[in-house]
Amino acid sequence: MPAPLLEASGITKSFAGVRALRGVSFELRGGEVHALIGENGAGKSTLIKVMAGAVTADAGTLRVSGEVVPRNDPAMARALGIAVIYQQPALFPHLTVAENIALALEPGGIWRTVDWRARERRAKELIDRAGATIQVDRLVSTLSMPEQQVVEIAKAIGAEAKVVIMDEPTASLTETEVSSLFRVIGALKNVGAGVIYISHRLEEISAIADRITVLRDGESIGTCEASAVGREQLIAMMVGREVAAVYPKRAVPIGEVAMELRGVGNRGAGLRGVSLHVRQGEIFGIAGLVGSGRTQLAETVFGLTPADSGEIVLDGAVVGIESPADAIACGIGYVPEDRRQHGVVLELPIAANVTLSSLDAVSSFGMIDRGAERALAQRYVERLRVKTPSVDATAGTLSGGNQQKVALARWLATKPKVLILDEPTQGVDVGSKAEIHGIMMDLAAGGMAIVMISSELPEVLGMSDRILVMHAGTVAGELTRAEATQEKILTLALGHAL
Amino acid sequence: MRRRYGRELSVAASIAVLGLVLALLAPGYFSGENLADLFLANMPVLLIALGMNMVILTGQIDISVGSVFAVCGVVAGVLAKAGMPVMLAAAGAVLAGVAMGAINGALVAYVRIPSIVVTLATMVALRDGLRWATQGAWVSDLPAGFQWLGLSQASYPVLIACTAVFFVAATGWGLRNLAGGRAVYATGSNAEAARLAGIDTNATTCSVFVITGALTGIAAVLNSVRFNQIPSNAGLGLEMKVIAAVVVGGTAITGGSGSIAGTVLGVILLGAIGPALTFLGVSAYWEQALQGAIILAAVVVEAIRERAERRGAVRA
Repeated sequence: MPAPLLEASGITKSFAGVRALRGVSFELRGGEVHALIGENGAGKSTLIKVMAGAVTADAGTLRVSGEVVPRNDPAMARALGIAVIYQQPALFPHLTVAENIALALEPGGIWRTVDWRARERRAKELIDRAGATIQVDRLVSTLSMPEQQVVEIAKAIGAEAKVVIMDEPTASLTETEVSSLFRVIGALKNVGAGVIYISHRLEEISAIADRITVLRDGESIGTCEASAVGREQLIAMMVGREVAAVYPKRAVPIGEVAMELRGVGNRGAGLRGVSLHVRQGEIFGIAGLVGSGRTQLAETVFGLTPADSGEIVLDGAVVGIESPADAIACGIGYVPEDRRQHGVVLELPIAANVTLSSLDAVSSFGMIDRGAERALAQRYVERLRVKTPSVDATAGTLSGGNQQKVALARWLATKPKVLILDEPTQGVDVGSKAEIHGIMMDLAAGGMAIVMISSELPEVLGMSDRILVMHAGTVAGELTRAEATQEKILTLALGHAL
Repeated sequence: MRRRYGRELSVAASIAVLGLVLALLAPGYFSGENLADLFLANMPVLLIALGMNMVILTGQIDISVGSVFAVCGVVAGVLAKAGMPVMLAAAGAVLAGVAMGAINGALVAYVRIPSIVVTLATMVALRDGLRWATQGAWVSDLPAGFQWLGLSQASYPVLIACTAVFFVAATGWGLRNLAGGRAVYATGSNAEAARLAGIDTNATTCSVFVITGALTGIAAVLNSVRFNQIPSNAGLGLEMKVIAAVVVGGTAITGGSGSIAGTVLGVILLGAIGPALTFLGVSAYWEQALQGAIILAAVVVEAIRERAERRGAVRA
């Protein structure tokens, strides 16, 4: 038996102390489609980045056709015939199709003259081989997403890539586009190339893949023949994460409905008919894969991208939310996902960050009372145990966990009735994580309704009273704490019925 | 918003060194007459810089202030000649400044055109529009009550001084103590985070242009009453002087950090250095070059400090 086309063994990679991959082994044979599946954060993206030379592994070896890859960089990966087609094609929008393909294939050199005729001929031939018809003198910015993917595939064919890695290629494709993509994949197989195929769509995988490898928490759980496994088996392999941490969940009195959504939709954000309700004292978990519309839902409720259909009901009254200011006035708080980008203003002191959304509370006649501001900030810094020498220190000097607490403090200072937390513990250390969970529980006990968006299934299961699962911009199902399991959540999140 | 006043201190130290050199070599510089002249000549830069500081704090820029300055001066003169009471004419000129600021602000904040493009366009359009409207002629034969706003020549500088002190104090206090001031810093530091915190970042951006327009109008009125003719080409290159003073004063050109105190010191340093050269017997031709060198030194020092800070933050 010949050596596998691509063989990764014992690949380990850490980012800032977090282990993304722990000794993953993976093998791709010529002429096969090998699917790579796993939950959010299982390590799929990191693994393909290592194969593409975009990140360097801490340990482990990569072999191509039996030869150890000496250097881990993108140029080497390209020279070895590894091509990656990312979900968002990486093309130059202001150049034509032919120029984009030429940039990838023609040799460099400043004084080289361009044979435009030959360039277009070659581009046309490669697009043909990819099984599509696109005029090669069109600007890439005028192409649809699937057409851009075809250009990427044409580049890969032109580079005579032996290994083609596709990261969720069908995420933005229609059904007919998917079937034409599958024809191209078939063509790649026929010329002996290997395809690594990443997708959340299990039907697609059983239709196209020869073998399937499941990743979980940075480890490879197993590789099996696609024909030999069923959906339930795959889901069981994908979850099964141990709920090792102890969550400070306790029973608190549940009150009236604090917020209700009735068929809320937002065409721009891809949301359709979302209905849900949250009660006072409840922690309401929202689960779903990346791209399922969880964050878009939060942004819609918070007025960042106002809803275009449906009703939002707070305390029994329909409210119109057109801006974050409206949402804050209605008693909604929102701690966004990416703290450094959106949560805290790094250049402002902690005190100013805490009061940024509730300046009225510390001002009279529009004038900020600095004493009152510092006192308020001090109170929250103590209550949330933010580790800082002073409330006058800038937010940029804090660690990730403490920045998250400051973002949280800002919203607590507005005394919200409904608090939406998007990935509240992502990227924070274990100690801060437990503290944030404790704070959430205290807030719920105080009668606040908490909506928690999280990709971490144990956290969702450990903290929520009820769990809403989203898929493709709408509600896939709702589970009570008692009936929810990791398998059920993932089945719904993948778009299947229970 | 920083607790440390490093930049303000280094500008103040530069001013002190300059003052010391002058005191030793050219004590005539500190004559009351010369200082009063200096003050009157730099007053427009100071007033406009107070607004420009806010514009830059929000992460924008306004290079149309020189043209706005010229238009406002001419408006004041024309209204006065048409028989309006001098105070009403002044108010009309300030209102013109507000209107032009509002156009800049609305295009930047709501139509989302980059401020450098918007204000470049208004700079050229207003300048050439004014030239066309006046045919290049200066406004002369102003009514008697126009000059010195009807005050005596001696009491006029007192009025200017009070006005300058008032606006310095008001903008400095407002940026520190008003919710609106906080919104300016937050918008410039991280517009997305500010928006998520419920701040109307568009209104904030628009307002700072309006304030700058108003201050430019006031500066134009106070300046034009000093002379018996109003030039239709006033304020050429004024925007550069103003932006330079703000930048030398330590306001980050990327927005989010800086202070009024720094801006005032920046105006003083750049305003004092030119005449100082004359007093020290250096050719006045060096003035521009020296100002350029000061600006370059200021931004280089800032860049080096920022890099050092970032490295420090990584270690911490």
